[in-house]
Amino acid sequence: MLLSWLNILAGGVLIGIVYALIGSGLTIMFGVMRVVNFAHGEMVVAGMYMGYFAHSLLGLPAPLAAIIAAVVMFAFGYLLQRLLVEKFMARPQHIQFILFIGIALVITGLHLAIFGPDAHAVDGPITFATISLGPLSLDLVRVQAAGGAAVLILSLVLFLRLAPLGQAMRAAADNRTGSLVIGLNVPRICALASGIGAACAGAAGALISPVFDTEPYLGLEFTLIAFVTVIVGGLGSLAGALVGGVLIGLAEASAALAIDPQLKTAFSYGLLLLVLLLRPRGLFGADAG
Amino acid sequence: MISHNAGRRAILAAGAASLALPAIGRAQSAPVKVGVLLPTSGILAYSGQVAARGIQLGAALGRGAGGPAIEIVNYDTQSKPDTGRLGVESLVRDGCSVLIGAWDSAATISAAQACEAAKVPIVVNIASAPQITEQGFTQLFRNFTPAGVLIRAAVQRIKEATDSRSPRPATAVVLYANDTFGNAILGALDKIWAQLEVPIKILDRIGYDEKARDLSVEVAKARATGADILLPITRVNDAISIVREMVKQKWNPQAIMSPGSPGPYEKSFTDALGKYADDYMVSVPWYDPRNPTTRALVARFERENPGQRFELNAGFSCEAVQIVLDALIRARSADPAAIHAALRTTNIADHPMYGGPIQFDAKGQNNNIGCVLLQDRDGAPLVVGPAEVAMGEVRYPLVPFDKR
Amino acid sequence: MQVDRRLGWIAGAALFAGCAIAAPWLDGFTMSLLTLVFLFAWFGQASNLAMGFTGQLSLGHALFAGLGGYAVVIITTRYGLSPWFGLLIGMPIAAAAGAAIGWLAFRFGVRDVYFALLAIAVAEMMRVIFSNWNFVGGTGGIFLPALSPTNEPLRTLRGGALFYYAAALFLATAGTALLAWLRGARIGYLWRALRDDEAAARALGVRAPLHKILACAISAAMTALGGALYAHLNGVIFPDSMMGMALSIQIIIGPILGGLGTVFGPLVGALVVVPLGEISGTLGQSLGISGMNSIGYGLALILLIGLLPGGLWPAIVAGVQSLWRRR
Repeated sequence: MLLSWLNILAGGVLIGIVYALIGSGLTIMFGVMRVVNFAHGEMVVAGMYMGYFAHSLLGLPAPLAAIIAAVVMFAFGYLLQRLLVEKFMARPQHIQFILFIGIALVITGLHLAIFGPDAHAVDGPITFATISLGPLSLDLVRVQAAGGAAVLILSLVLFLRLAPLGQAMRAAADNRTGSLVIGLNVPRICALASGIGAACAGAAGALISPVFDTEPYLGLEFTLIAFVTVIVGGLGSLAGALVGGVLIGLAEASAALAIDPQLKTAFSYGLLLLVLLLRPRGLFGADAG
Repeated sequence: MISHNAGRRAILAAGAASLALPAIGRAQSAPVKVGVLLPTSGILAYSGQVAARGIQLGAALGRGAGGPAIEIVNYDTQSKPDTGRLGVESLVRDGCSVLIGAWDSAATISAAQACEAAKVPIVVNIASAPQITEQGFTQLFRNFTPAGVLIRAAVQRIKEATDSRSPRPATAVVLYANDTFGNAILGALDKIWAQLEVPIKILDRIGYDEKARDLSVEVAKARATGADILLPITRVNDAISIVREMVKQKWNPQAIMSPGSPGPYEKSFTDALGKYADDYMVSVPWYDPRNPTTRALVARFERENPGQRFELNAGFSCEAVQIVLDALIRARSADPAAIHAALRTTNIADHPMYGGPIQFDAKGQNNNIGCVLLQDRDGAPLVVGPAEVAMGEVRYPLVPFDKR
Repeated sequence: MQVDRRLGWIAGAALFAGCAIAAPWLDGFTMSLLTLVFLFAWFGQASNLAMGFTGQLSLGHALFAGLGGYAVVIITTRYGLSPWFGLLIGMPIAAAAGAAIGWLAFRFGVRDVYFALLAIAVAEMMRVIFSNWNFVGGTGGIFLPALSPTNEPLRTLRGGALFYYAAALFLATAGTALLAWLRGARIGYLWRALRDDEAAARALGVRAPLHKILACAISAAMTALGGALYAHLNGVIFPDSMMGMALSIQIIIGPILGGLGTVFGPLVGALVVVPLGEISGTLGQSLGISGMNSIGYGLALILLIGLLPGGLWPAIVAGVQSLWRRR
């Protein structure tokens, strides 16, 4: 019994790391652009379709598919910002909300029109494989997804700390006026942030495509998961997204174990409420404001 | 009367050479408009679109047999609750004199209210909430099993399949999707399990959120009960997740027997799981595989819809069109009231789905729908019970997942 | 702003009177569609009160609709009591829930996107709880029986298409009048002062928490009333359809598109959004491409919000104003 508990909690942590990658995308977009991407979940679903087709048509494993999805979705996010969202940057939040709801509806509609309503399940032995880690027996696809997500989050952190472009993004996030003054190309940085945000969502989608079956209407759920993850961790903080993701994964797994599986989503919302009320800027958020 | 019967049989004679039809069938100059409400977009789009293919098949069969000229007018409920009413109004405005729909219980209730006001009959192809025929609607005819009837038959099939086994299974565990459908099924299961005195003890009932993607905890909990058989009440995606988790957690109960759920017979289930789908059993209303006209109809469906399987969503939708055609012949008119009167006296003996003649009781319910036991074999569902329609033997216990 | 006022009153009065007089000549479909338009105009006015007048983006309004709907449906189907009694219970419960959320937000300084998420979190938690609560029917929902032939609409608050049309029209008219009155009343000024500059307003002695909480409570009670009518209109109530995110989003699209903070914006928004959903559905149907409805609806939202910065109503006002000047 104890062992199966450990297994389940480990599974919760693994899926939590993927949540963290999804949340990282949202948090970067918000940090730099001050825009809340309500179409984030739909971008995850787009990544899932890429993961599915990379597997079924090209035989590519999920981590490779994640790279393709990241590149494609980066381009999508970049262009979306440049062609559309940029015009809404100075508009009030509720207007941006409608914009992203519109984008989400279009993406979902495209998925339904192109791929049909059927659930696309990655098949093959990998979806049934487990690996043993000491006493634990873990799903291979989950380990693979969590590993891929961890690598991507780490590279993102390194990029933001070390690369000049990444440092410029952080500067823009910290102080927009200041970065305009020192001559940073803020619109371009915003487009990059949007690209990176979408790439995170797409890569996460490709990584979980062997874990969850792909269908058009999953978007809202992923958007909500991303929000909970990011708010718990602290909007605008990558470390926060990681901790938030793992916490949510753990909270859902332990709630399902100890209380009732049906209440696990209520549990993560409960966690969100607590954090919102007790530490409104999140566990890792800046306390200012 | 004789000629009527001949005409009706002709319509039902799927793909067969058309027989001589009564004049009434062809005499109607303008086609009668038949409105169809289905969720062809939105979260229910998958099932809605399968049902839509069944409707097309039913209409094509009617045309092929020279039945009354009809024109199908579609309305997409977009999987929203308030569109049932709007859809009925829209279809009635377009001149439809009889309707078919609406797949989900919420839209069906919403539509039934508008039908009641407009005095236009609606033939429910699919919707299982028992309340639908208990609310006093007079314009509604349901050719689908309400949860209680479905489960009574399903439990009987389960009982038959387990009675003669040795060792006889002693315990079971239920895993159910906590949505409108799963809730109705679970309620009925508990009641009927006791009524029929099934000598298998249900150890636990483990529910999960219908939106849950990850069922590892639920399956682990079910496994921990040590039950001999698993009774899953699912939709298709969660049924796939459950089997995947069972394989990973190396759980091999004696049998997996689903009481009346969607999932195991669908193509996405057998495709996603491959050999691990085999031996999964489900008892549902199904087409009669021994009926030659039905077999021709199934073959035609699969020929015209490559990559699709003829299952109950398509089957009952097809049958709904046949019920309407039959009523139109007897009504001799496109007047909704006349069609309503004809539907009341529906009595169709030869039809694709397994069961007795299609007849509606005072509440508009067809109580003669049969229920078979299916078992997935070699990637496709096979009818293994009851004996009169079985195409093979039950394989029991299931072959352990790691020995496949 | 003078034109805004005058144009609003003329257009509003003409619309409501016209719709009331036209009722006998409307076909069933138009009547049902307009019923939804007016119902969502009422929902829109309710969220306009919370969002437009006080500046809080609420993504959890379905919670209040659900509370109102469940209260009435449970009171009538379980206890056989009057639906009016159900409203008497449901509206205060919703108001209390709204006030509680407003108070929490104030007490813990939750604003902007955080407030939106606070509302989502509470609404989603309640949805999950209702889904697992047998007393309210769980996910099985509660079905309303068919109407008896001797039904008296004002006693059962249920009826045929005409009754729902009249009820929704009444709500939309009353909601618009209420908002117009509140806008001119003292409390309306206080709300807008808080929205525009809370610190300044508080420095001038406006009791911010009390007023904000009051706005949340009134908005929630209004939504509950609409929810009761919506549940009756649908004939069945489920946690998913009455408390889910989808309804919350549907409720606030209209007022935002129409022009948040204006008196007539929510009405104009509903007049556009509800038929838009229906038209895009028909579009998808006639093209035979499922998904087209969602694409069409989404594109229309993006276009409208992109082309009309302040919303539909301010754009109409600006248009009329420029015509006025040209004369």
